[in-house]
Amino acid sequence: MASEGGHGAKTSGEYIQHHLQNLQVCKDTSGEWVWNQCAGNPIAINVDSMFWSILLGLVFVVLFHGVAKKTSADKPSRFQAFVEIIVDFVDSSVKDTFQGKSRLIAPLGLTIFVWVFLMNLMDLVPVDWIPLAAEAAGIPYMKVVPTTDVNVTFGMSIAVFFLILIYTIKYKGVTGLIGELTLHPIAPPLKGPGIIAAPFIIAFNFILESVALLAKPVSLSLRLFGNMFAGELIFILIALLGLWQLPLHFGWAVFHVLIVTLQAFIFMMLTIVYLSLASESH
Amino acid sequence: MDINLTLIGQTIAMIVFVWFCMKFIWPPLLAAIEERQETIAHGLAAAERGEQALEEANAQAEEIVSDARKQATGILDEAHARANVIVAEGKADGVKERNRQLGAAMAEIEQETNRAREELRRQVSAIAIASAEKILQREIDDKQHEDILGKLAQQL
Repeated sequence: MASEGGHGAKTSGEYIQHHLQNLQVCKDTSGEWVWNQCAGNPIAINVDSMFWSILLGLVFVVLFHGVAKKTSADKPSRFQAFVEIIVDFVDSSVKDTFQGKSRLIAPLGLTIFVWVFLMNLMDLVPVDWIPLAAEAAGIPYMKVVPTTDVNVTFGMSIAVFFLILIYTIKYKGVTGLIGELTLHPIAPPLKGPGIIAAPFIIAFNFILESVALLAKPVSLSLRLFGNMFAGELIFILIALLGLWQLPLHFGWAVFHVLIVTLQAFIFMMLTIVYLSLASESH
Repeated sequence: MDINLTLIGQTIAMIVFVWFCMKFIWPPLLAAIEERQETIAHGLAAAERGEQALEEANAQAEEIVSDARKQATGILDEAHARANVIVAEGKADGVKERNRQLGAAMAEIEQETNRAREELRRQVSAIAIASAEKILQREIDDKQHEDILGKLAQQL
């Protein structure tokens, strides 16, 4: 599309680069906030990611709160029935997995599922529509799928990571957390001559277990990011094909609907599983 | 692709949305779902109870009908027996009455016969006397032959 497009001559490489570039604002070395000159600068905000992510979060909150405000047990509206199907689905997933009682986990699962689903769904908007409209409005970059931004997926998985720590401490105490990190998988000998080896075993355990613990948020976020980024990239590549993009785009979009839903579900389910592992003793 | 402040922004956004969902979205929705589930469970239980009551009522009705049928049969049998008794009694009464009236009629007939015979006898004897009187008027004195005439009259 863009290769024959109406916004200047661009090579395919430039086209792809442009589509993968976030709209950024950052504080440069002189202390000024500047737009889009932020490569390698950690004091930067991806404005488009934040905008779409918060907008879609608000869509979720407003839609569901609108239903929640006027729920009716006797005569549910169609949309309420639809919302209840999702709520019931999340609730049964939580009940199947998480044995304890928690007021947080089910709403957390619902928020993650619907929010991630909506963010992933932005992938199905044809890749040029919103960026071209933004460019016409004077905004040079616009990446519309927040989950293709690794900051967004990491941001969510870090919240989950802290929840894992909080749940471990809540259910097992600080000693439980330390014990979990040091006394598995090899139990150190605590008496007899073998006690000399105990510090080494504990250190070994700690390295293994902290890697396992850190791998949880990393895998959680990279799985979502990788799937959505790859999907988006394929949409961009298809968009380069001219007329042939029509059947290809359709086919990939149909397939991508599955990925969109599945990744949202996996993110929710793994969050529940991690928290339930954190709260039960083995 | 660089890690930057967006990460913290997204974490904060997530905390806010999850908090809002936990506070204002999840509880009313789940309450509605649970309330409906309870209503449905109640409805089903009530339906089952109703069905059971219906079954019981049917059984009871059947029992009542069969009782009534039995009773009716009993009454019918009794009535038949009573009718037989009444007919038999009537027959016996009739026979008795007939016999009584027959007896009365026979007695009356006998009485009438006797009276008629007596009358006839008297008249014949009177005629005999009269005729004998006429024959013997001249030669027989009434007073002399009275015992003979009496004997004659008696023989008649």
